[in-house]
Amino acid sequence: MTDTNTTNPATQTNLSPVAKFLRATELDTRLLGMFGALALIWLGFHYYGVIFNDFGAFLTARNLWNLSVQTSSIGIMATGMVLVIITRNIDLSVGALVGVTGMTMGILQVDILPQYLGLGNPFIWIITVIFGITVGATIGAFHGWLIAYRGIPAFIVTLGGLLVWRGSAFLANGGKTISPVDSTFQLLGGGPYGAVGETGSWIVGIIACLGILWLTVAGRRNRVQHDFKLRPMWAEVFVSGAAMAMVIGAVLLVNSYPWPIGIVKQYTAANGITTDPATLVISHGFAIPVLILAGVGIMMTILMTKTRFGRYVFAIGGNPEAAALAGINVKWMTMRIFALMGALAGLAGVVASARLNSATNALGVLDELYVIAAAVIGGTSLAGGVGTIYGAILGALVMQSLQTGMVLIGFDTSVQQIVVGSVLVLAVYLDNLYRNRAK
Amino acid sequence: MTDTQKTPLVALKDMSISFGGIKAVDHVSIDLHAGEVVGLLGHNGAGKSTLIKCLSGAYQADHGEIYVEGKKVKIENPRDARAQNIETIYQTLALADNLNASANLFLGRELTNRFGMVDEGKMEAETRKIMARLNPNFRKFHEPVSALSGGQRQSVAIARAVYFNAKVLIMDEPTAALGPQETEMVSELIQELKAQGIGIFLIEHDIHNVMKLCDRAAVMKNGQMVGVVDVADVTDDDILSMIILGKNPKKAA
Repeated sequence: MTDTNTTNPATQTNLSPVAKFLRATELDTRLLGMFGALALIWLGFHYYGVIFNDFGAFLTARNLWNLSVQTSSIGIMATGMVLVIITRNIDLSVGALVGVTGMTMGILQVDILPQYLGLGNPFIWIITVIFGITVGATIGAFHGWLIAYRGIPAFIVTLGGLLVWRGSAFLANGGKTISPVDSTFQLLGGGPYGAVGETGSWIVGIIACLGILWLTVAGRRNRVQHDFKLRPMWAEVFVSGAAMAMVIGAVLLVNSYPWPIGIVKQYTAANGITTDPATLVISHGFAIPVLILAGVGIMMTILMTKTRFGRYVFAIGGNPEAAALAGINVKWMTMRIFALMGALAGLAGVVASARLNSATNALGVLDELYVIAAAVIGGTSLAGGVGTIYGAILGALVMQSLQTGMVLIGFDTSVQQIVVGSVLVLAVYLDNLYRNRAK
Repeated sequence: MTDTQKTPLVALKDMSISFGGIKAVDHVSIDLHAGEVVGLLGHNGAGKSTLIKCLSGAYQADHGEIYVEGKKVKIENPRDARAQNIETIYQTLALADNLNASANLFLGRELTNRFGMVDEGKMEAETRKIMARLNPNFRKFHEPVSALSGGQRQSVAIARAVYFNAKVLIMDEPTAALGPQETEMVSELIQELKAQGIGIFLIEHDIHNVMKLCDRAAVMKNGQMVGVVDVADVTDDDILSMIILGKNPKKAA
């Protein structure tokens, strides 16, 4: 928690300009550190490509757009893992949950629903998504029940869950892959059609900017109302301006990635457009899974910072005994947190299977580790009590950037694993240093 | 001093609780009147804290009845106790270290705005108001309470009990971790709360504090009630001998 009100004025005068800047803007140094790390990774991979492969593939609209899509499913789950880890638990089963929800949704939308509703019925995807999220939430709630009411450690319950649900996903369809999935459902995974286009992206961007402005004004008004110290005006302008610049930058980026010529030809043929496909430039815009991630991120941030539920998550993490003595039903909270984690894994299953346009046994394998790594790199403390949603999403972006970057410059899978593993350990070590210094 | 004819604020009747065959509290009865401070004394393990946890909802008694203002109530968890305006300040303070003062003060009873969202600003403003009364030097409203001194943490814990209009206040060694000045602050506060008509159960080891603050003293040993005496009628030696010997001097006499 940042702090400006309590500072002794005597100490404020001899601060360095950087410290003064941080104090005035109330920016989280950890957040800045994450942006720094991300910039380093992106530039590093890009210029490695420029120097050794004669082509920097990383900082291209195409790669960054793909990166955003690939981050989505891990990012969605990482927001839930934050809650699990804050309350001093762990969930190793999320990857297997992606597998089992993806597989059961595949069976439902391909083998079952078309029989009753007819192929391509617009309700198929809606029913399938609700079903997938419900299956995830139910399994998560069951794990939570075993943990909270039967006293089995979360590590064991979810380790067992990892095996059980992975095996169940295999058995559900005898190990066979289901493909293709419903054509509307498929859009939830991105791709040229699964994006909102140029105009849509500008609308999203403008709404986001208005949201930032509203938050700034409302925050300032709230401080005035309660007579708290205000941020200097330049700091307000700087922070909100930087945030809006990032939003607009993202819009320009996704709009500068045009559809491939093949898709344009297909599209013009299907819609009877007579313009020459070679001259037609159609932008992707934001991919739908990215917007899902953004929506989940906003909802989860509100949940964690503005509701009693979120407050209790932090309290349980800080001191479970105190939370219970304050009248919080810790067991029920634990069960609900795992149910929420399961629901998010179900949603990630939607995005992952839609992106692949198929439900396979391997869907979500090792995801649990990337999700946990994303949350931890994003500043969630394994000791409990500390963590942020935006940190976890940025953590997911860092993990995915490493992964994508190494693929682009042609590292072997084995090398990728070594790097990702080392980065995780290093990140936690740096975090320890940071916390010790902060104390 | 106490008018025993009036209905007691709280009455615990025939309370028993055991853990693994050991009777931590063995058929104990005690009552508390409005505006009264009852000291609970005894060696470590005598059952004071356990008895009091049955009233605060942290434990559920195996046997016994609880009456609040003459009405029998069921207290099965801390929420039930709070609903009866019974507030507890635990020895361990029971604060969430990672949260700030106002988050701890309102923990479990957050103020919300018209959208049902936690109203951070209002809670901080309220915290500032009550802390200005209890501990005017308190400034650390934004730090997590792990960054506070023992006395500051204690004032947060007390503010929590006072803010919500406790009728019955349970204090488990409130001055154990405090320096002399802070102890004095807590003593003054106890007297102020007492004057407001709040009934206080005070678990206390320091016999001088008991003589100074309490109206009655209840001594426990091995889970049983040795006796309850009016502090005005006895000397500190009498109470000490009750604690050590486990005998009520009046009964003996």
